[in-house]
Amino acid sequence: MSNLLLFPIIIPSFFAAILMIFPKRLKLQRVLATVGAGSALISALVLLTKVNTDGVQAVTLGSWPAPFGISMVSDPLSALLVVTSSIITLFVVFYSFPTIGVKREQSYYYPAVLFLMVGVNGAFTTGDIFNLFVFVEVLLMASYTLIVHGGEKPQLRESIKYLLVNIISSALFVAAVAFLYSVTGTLNMADLAVKIPQIEETGILTVIAVMFLVVFGFKAAIFPLYFWLPGSYYTPPIPILALFGALLTKVGVYAIMRTYTLFFTMNIGFTHELLGIIAILTILAGCIGALAYFDVKKIIIYNIIIAVGVILFGIAQLNQPGVDGSVFYLIHDMLIKAALFFLIGIVAVLFGTTDLRKMGGLIKTYPVLGWVYLVTAFGLAGIPPLSGFPGKLLIVQGGFEGPQFWGSIVILATSLIVLLSAVRIFVYAFWGEPVETVPLKKSVFNQMFIPTVILVTITVVFGVGAELFMPFISGAGEVLLNPSIYIDAVLKE
Amino acid sequence: MEIIMSVAIGFLFMAAVYLMLSKSLIRIIIGTGLLSHGAHLLLLTMGGLGGNSPPVVTDGVSVSDYADPLPQALILTAIVISFAVTSFFLVLAYRSYQELGTDNMELLRGTEDYE
Repeated sequence: MSNLLLFPIIIPSFFAAILMIFPKRLKLQRVLATVGAGSALISALVLLTKVNTDGVQAVTLGSWPAPFGISMVSDPLSALLVVTSSIITLFVVFYSFPTIGVKREQSYYYPAVLFLMVGVNGAFTTGDIFNLFVFVEVLLMASYTLIVHGGEKPQLRESIKYLLVNIISSALFVAAVAFLYSVTGTLNMADLAVKIPQIEETGILTVIAVMFLVVFGFKAAIFPLYFWLPGSYYTPPIPILALFGALLTKVGVYAIMRTYTLFFTMNIGFTHELLGIIAILTILAGCIGALAYFDVKKIIIYNIIIAVGVILFGIAQLNQPGVDGSVFYLIHDMLIKAALFFLIGIVAVLFGTTDLRKMGGLIKTYPVLGWVYLVTAFGLAGIPPLSGFPGKLLIVQGGFEGPQFWGSIVILATSLIVLLSAVRIFVYAFWGEPVETVPLKKSVFNQMFIPTVILVTITVVFGVGAELFMPFISGAGEVLLNPSIYIDAVLKE
Repeated sequence: MEIIMSVAIGFLFMAAVYLMLSKSLIRIIIGTGLLSHGAHLLLLTMGGLGGNSPPVVTDGVSVSDYADPLPQALILTAIVISFAVTSFFLVLAYRSYQELGTDNMELLRGTEDYE
């Protein structure tokens, strides 16, 4: 038993607690936030290699035997996601230095970011459904502070709605956990996976599964439940938006992935078909939004919704290519969304607006920025050597092998819409008549641009070197498809 | 006993939905409080009521005698969380009342005019 898997959760919470003591010391805040996020990333990388060599890691807190104590489990999927979320948090910290503003930095911005990291990493690592609720609340609490951080009028207005939606979904989460407990008598995910197949009345379990889909669907922004996302995500500043867009909805996606592969498999004909249909509707709804707006932030925000649909469609197929593709696409999407938000953040700062119609001609003054944006946009849409391609290919293949082949056709068709929506930003902002830009100091531009370029490089490496990462991805997919690996690791500790 | 609890939970959820559909922000906050109360009572009831012995295994006490301790631990956690969220919501409501000059949700509508 190794406590290694707790470090990505404990380190940020430790640093966040220290940072709360002296909010006004700007330099120290920046240094300690970097050290905190960086050391969490290092521990996550060590954890990933450990999981890859020694198999699934599990810790029961207080050393109570598994179904009774609270389990923390790190399988390849959760280790990969912890690494990805740590990378993104670190880069968001770097990107925040020039963009977030001194006033925000001095009012507990970095502690909130690190607490968000605690919640996200915890939610990825936990092996207990109630503990998932607790960690989701931790990250939601941090996200409430971040979304209202600065207290501008639109922020206050939208955060009321964000808070209300999340409180309702949390209450539903508690209710769903209560029903699950009354039926199975356990909350440990591995134990649930053992007990649920023994229950003969699958009707009530199907109801509970759909209830969990609603709960996680609120967080993940699936089709009818995404209404809060475009408004709420629009208002906070770009680094916070990047953090939210890259991490928050993905926790909901991960939770659906975990529950729908590990234990809600008693009535696949209903639950997974429902999930597949909802995934396709989510993609279509996101496409409509992505084409409808002339606003860079809105376009990328609706692309979050599209990606959620694509990932969940792979899960709904429940076959090997589909699940592998979902894992790959999930990681790709976390990285590329953060990179895209960074880039449009720079564009929005240069033009002083987010309205596409007031932009133009940036390619003449900032050619490198333009080409980096184009590469990222191609990566988002899945142009072959880039990182969106392998994941989408596997998901589409899974769809053709699975029962919902028409879904794959929709995904292929909507890839073009994704490409159109992302390239539209390129056409409007970088081509055409040059518009006067806001003067920006070279050093400030570099401070924003360098982390972005490194992140884009990571996504390109992730796409071009997909062969290198496939062992990790298929390891994660294998655990998802064979719950017995997970169950053995937790219960036979 | 479970029937009475179910009715109470249902009533709490009903009242919560009614309050949350109103326009005034403070009523909505009270509604969210009632909603989480309902969820917590549901958690307690689902563990099974009844049993008088403390949850300690000794001679002469069978499993059916004692109350399930786990829902109580879960409720404790859930109450603390909802307490924190409610207090955050109250502060947010106060700040937005100061800043926006209204607590009427009808006047907070709209997503386009970000001024």
